[in-house]
Amino acid sequence: MIEVKELRRSFGSVVAVDGISFEVEKGQVLGLLGPNGAGKTTAMRMLACFIRPDSGTASVCGHDILQNPIEVRRSLGYLAENSPAYPEMTVGGFLKFVCDVREIRGVARRRALDRIVPTCSIESVYHQTIETLSKGYKRRVGLAQALIHDPDVLILDEPTDGLDPNQKFEVRKLIGKMAKEKCIVISTHILEEVEAVCSRTIIIAKGKILVDSTPDKLKEEHECSLDAVFRRITKANDSKDRKKR
Amino acid sequence: MNSFKAVFKRELKSYFTTPLAYVFLVIFLFFSGYLTFKQGFYEVRQADMRTFFMNLPLLFVFMVPAVAMRLWAEERKVGSIELLFTLPITIRQAVLGKFFAAWLFLAIALGLTFPMVMTVSYLGDPDVGLIITGYIGSILMAGGFLAIGCFFSAVSKNQVISFVLSVVVCAILVYAGMPTTMNYLSTFMPAGLVSAVEGMSFQGHFESIQKGVLEFKDLAYFVLIIVGWVAACTIVLDERKAS
Repeated sequence: MIEVKELRRSFGSVVAVDGISFEVEKGQVLGLLGPNGAGKTTAMRMLACFIRPDSGTASVCGHDILQNPIEVRRSLGYLAENSPAYPEMTVGGFLKFVCDVREIRGVARRRALDRIVPTCSIESVYHQTIETLSKGYKRRVGLAQALIHDPDVLILDEPTDGLDPNQKFEVRKLIGKMAKEKCIVISTHILEEVEAVCSRTIIIAKGKILVDSTPDKLKEEHECSLDAVFRRITKANDSKDRKKR
Repeated sequence: MNSFKAVFKRELKSYFTTPLAYVFLVIFLFFSGYLTFKQGFYEVRQADMRTFFMNLPLLFVFMVPAVAMRLWAEERKVGSIELLFTLPITIRQAVLGKFFAAWLFLAIALGLTFPMVMTVSYLGDPDVGLIITGYIGSILMAGGFLAIGCFFSAVSKNQVISFVLSVVVCAILVYAGMPTTMNYLSTFMPAGLVSAVEGMSFQGHFESIQKGVLEFKDLAYFVLIIVGWVAACTIVLDERKAS
């Protein structure tokens, strides 16, 4: 459902994403792993059609991100890094605005809200303005916004960042529940999260894909925890870079 | 079309959920009234609104950029632009949605000066046509200033910078048509150039609409200003949205 071909993007002299290619099928949960500044967010932003790639392309649900960005955005749910929203709006008002843009109206809108508000546990803050919410609640509102139209493809940039342990558990359970019918890409720093929810993992550093495998296979091959595997792979890449220079 | 409507509705509502609308309306209404009476509304001994409309360009130079500066600068600063442009909305729809919401807000502010019309009607028998064209001119001028402000709001993330830049550009466009500027320019510029400068300024076009003549050249001037700056805003935003 997601097909990425040689995607590349640089900011000035810094190459953020350096020709990555991968495919994700329905039923897969792909975890994008990588150190800070590896290019995870840039890659996700390109998939969500927020920024254009310098070269290469990708398609989501058969729609090309360059030729048909509006259709791509229609078919995916995207949660950005800091779950941006309009601070002066109430949670309810904000979700209704997203419904309006996504053309969910009348009974369908009521049904969508009735479904998503309890799923993301935001009933208690529904009438509060977003600027008064804690980080965890903001994140959940962001998640609600991404899920409100029940998209086939989900792109979540650090979905559990700022949540308490109970909420983390709930969100992982939710991702697990949706995994069968959807195609999900998440980025994270938390390796236990990858083990808990991802059926596949890609480790990227400095814009390049280093490993494309499953968490279990990685652990088996390296005979150690995922934590150690991550350190080993990204550090090996660092020293290789230094030698080249 | 629906995305345009959604952005328009949200933007217009956001003026009234923050203190911005109320602060703006109070200050605008106070000064538009104060300047009118201070500059000899009674002394003229004529029941018309010329003194009222005369002051609007100068008032708009400061007030309209204050409304426009937040349009995109705030969106980029808060990061909500990433949300907006990952929803199924084209940049043009979003820019137009916000622009028309702000324009309607300014039209509401102008509409709230209706006690002025009532005062004039009570004191005498004013020419209704003149009042109507005066308001049409004012709304068009507000739209022109707003388009400029909208552009500079997209240029910088910093609201103060976008405010200052748009005030400067709006002021230039107003002052270029003032008689004092024209006199000064004519001391060293050929007459053709001076009239070209005058033709580019807001002042002349606004005044001729205010006199009750809706000419094509004046309408075309404002429409061109609005379309040009709004289109430039769309282009700049497309380039800079993620930076």
